[in-house]
Amino acid sequence: MTNEYPFSNEVGDMLYATHDNPITNCLQCGTCSGSCPAVEFMDHSPRKMIGMIRANMKEEVLASNTYWSCASCYQCTVRCPAGIDIAELMYALKRYSMWKDQYKSGLIGPAFSESFIKMIVNSGRSYEPILAASYLPKFSTFDIVQEAITASELVFSGKMNLFPKKIKRIKNLQNVIRRIVPIGELS
Amino acid sequence: MKEYAYYPGCSLESLGKNYHISTLEVGSRLGVEFKELEDWNCCGATAYFPVDELLAYTLSARNLAIAEKAGLNDFVAPCSACFKNAYTTNKYLKADPDLAEHINYALEQDNLHVSGNMKVHHLIEIFVEDVGLETIQNSVTNPLSNLKVAPYYGCQLVRPRKQDEDVENPRYFEDLLTALGAEPVEFESKSRCCGGSLIITNRHAALDMVEKLLQDAVNSQAEIIATTCPMCNVNLEVYQRQVNRVFGTNYSIPIVYFTQLMGSALGCEPKSLGINKDVIPNAIERSLVKVD
Repeated sequence: MTNEYPFSNEVGDMLYATHDNPITNCLQCGTCSGSCPAVEFMDHSPRKMIGMIRANMKEEVLASNTYWSCASCYQCTVRCPAGIDIAELMYALKRYSMWKDQYKSGLIGPAFSESFIKMIVNSGRSYEPILAASYLPKFSTFDIVQEAITASELVFSGKMNLFPKKIKRIKNLQNVIRRIVPIGELS
Repeated sequence: MKEYAYYPGCSLESLGKNYHISTLEVGSRLGVEFKELEDWNCCGATAYFPVDELLAYTLSARNLAIAEKAGLNDFVAPCSACFKNAYTTNKYLKADPDLAEHINYALEQDNLHVSGNMKVHHLIEIFVEDVGLETIQNSVTNPLSNLKVAPYYGCQLVRPRKQDEDVENPRYFEDLLTALGAEPVEFESKSRCCGGSLIITNRHAALDMVEKLLQDAVNSQAEIIATTCPMCNVNLEVYQRQVNRVFGTNYSIPIVYFTQLMGSALGCEPKSLGINKDVIPNAIERSLVKVD
């Protein structure tokens, strides 16, 4: 137990570009939670999450919906008096939970991100109807009906493209990606 | 005529087509050339970062590298998410030689190289800073007199902080609207988040966030909301009726891109701006009723 690598370091290790993110400097002032537009939909506030990370409460942190409820609006980041980039910290937790395949059940975020990446690997551009397949199965019946109404309004208004786009040098793009992450052979 | 490397981003090919059309139209009126990048790829918005950080920066770096190859120094994105990703990627490429080396090794596969010396701008900055408010004001032929507009900055245009700009109370959008003859209202929620991709991953939270924005726009007497991002526009416009169905509200606030207001004031045809010809006149009429 004494030699265990602290969870705050593990999270810090998930931050490559913003590696100076001083998570352990948190004052617990609560400016982040007070600024967060999604806080009422989170299991724990951002302030509490940072406290939990520092207290090594890894399981409880990963089991919460908090980091997957972050919209990346950076309101907390620009206001933090301790200079912590909290929105990037939430991204680090998302990556950690994807890597460990350990997150609260019923969340749409992980599957959405995964299908988004697959779509880019296959075509280079994003296209809404392909993404819909990743989240609609997890929606309630009510939400599916709402989404169907909205989608049909879009199609009739001519705003929705009926065919996905693909970039010309998709093979090159796939080879670029292969030098960063393993994606295997593609047809 | 100054040339810009124009990166439309995926949204401007579909749900945000009107933003694309009006940007090009207004650009040509003001003598700005937007040269679309060849074979650009999706910037990933907020969806790459939860999977792999290096991949996210690499995919944005490819677009910067294409601009560099075309011999251009200024990179412009009309979408706030694309802008934020391009901006931060460029910044980290410059600050971190190890990151740049890693990414350039990958980009060799597409015969590209990135230096991190690009100047990355959001579209609205081109008009406010490069073209200038005075030039814009002098080009106005159809001032938007009396039109009460809520200037909606959204998040990623303003945050994270880029240099030393005012992130709590920016004013340049208001100044632009004033130059067009319109009346910007004091919109307290102007840089409060629209929910972004939570509209898909946490529908309940996002609709609540959209509802609060619409409510605040009504409270601030706005008759129209102007946006600077296709994601904000979609959340506020397309999901406005869902908000009404879910919350039992009755909002019917037109949402337009700031470029559509610019084009309208510059005398462009509504069709060339992708806007219904009645939207702005009707909003002006409603604004006038309120004055009386």
